[in-house]
Amino acid sequence: MSIDFDNVQVGDKLPDWSRRTGFAEWNRYAAVNEEFVPFHMDDEAGRRAGNEQGAFGMGNLRYAYIVNALHDWIGDDGIVREVGCQYRAINQKNDVLTVVGEVTEKTIADGENRIRLDINVLNQDGGATCPGHAVVVLP
Amino acid sequence: MSNDAITYVTDEMRAAQGQWGGTRTAPPITETDIRRWAMATYYPQQPPRIYWDTDYAATTHWSGIVAPPDFNPFAWPVERPRGGSPGLSGRRPDGKPLTGMNGGQTDTYGIPMRAGDIVSARSRLLDWWEREGRLGHTLYVRTEIEWRNQDDELVRRRLSISIRY
Repeated sequence: MSIDFDNVQVGDKLPDWSRRTGFAEWNRYAAVNEEFVPFHMDDEAGRRAGNEQGAFGMGNLRYAYIVNALHDWIGDDGIVREVGCQYRAINQKNDVLTVVGEVTEKTIADGENRIRLDINVLNQDGGATCPGHAVVVLP
Repeated sequence: MSNDAITYVTDEMRAAQGQWGGTRTAPPITETDIRRWAMATYYPQQPPRIYWDTDYAATTHWSGIVAPPDFNPFAWPVERPRGGSPGLSGRRPDGKPLTGMNGGQTDTYGIPMRAGDIVSARSRLLDWWEREGRLGHTLYVRTEIEWRNQDDELVRRRLSISIRY
């Protein structure tokens, strides 16, 4: 299913996109991004880096989840034009991360139908780990 | 409030500000690279067909498989570039190297990456600022990283902030 520019309104919500994260997700991401950082792979290394709960997840993977949530919303006819975020909190093992978003603006610029959203990645406690924004282009 | 007595800004950073560094070139992208990336970032869900199904992808307006926007063609280089960014040097007053964290980024995407593409990157230090934070004296460095494909088309422009403390 895909959406188009006319049917999206300011205030619309991005469909929630969730993952429970742990070594199964982190190790796969480490393998494709060649991101073998000890504190993402080993609990002792995570504690040495100051995280009492041990190893923790990659910011880049949360970023990928934002991109995936946008893609799944806009479909193959849409374009992810811009994504920005800040990494504010640690992704602990077994966190359930949920990408959320809300449409803040509709514009037509450079011949493109652009939708701007506020974006975040929440953990299971509702903690905001990754506030940011995105711009997608819709047909 | 910043502590004027301490700065983590180095002469190397001041000399490098605004100057594009050398170009790095990634190995050619393959469909396997794209499929594995999508499988890893969608795990345990099956990724969208646009990232792995040639026949389906040919029917879309992309006319073929494209990489997810966040795909990194620079993973797994045979030869690793030497030296770091000037923004990543610097030492604390006690002589220990600074600790680094990824502070976030804004990426603007141009032409999507496809199998066969050869992407090159260059980067430059844009600016920096310092302040006293919960981690003590902290340096924020903003870097611009530009990716272009073999046709010199812009693939991605990243503004990233690294945190050093």
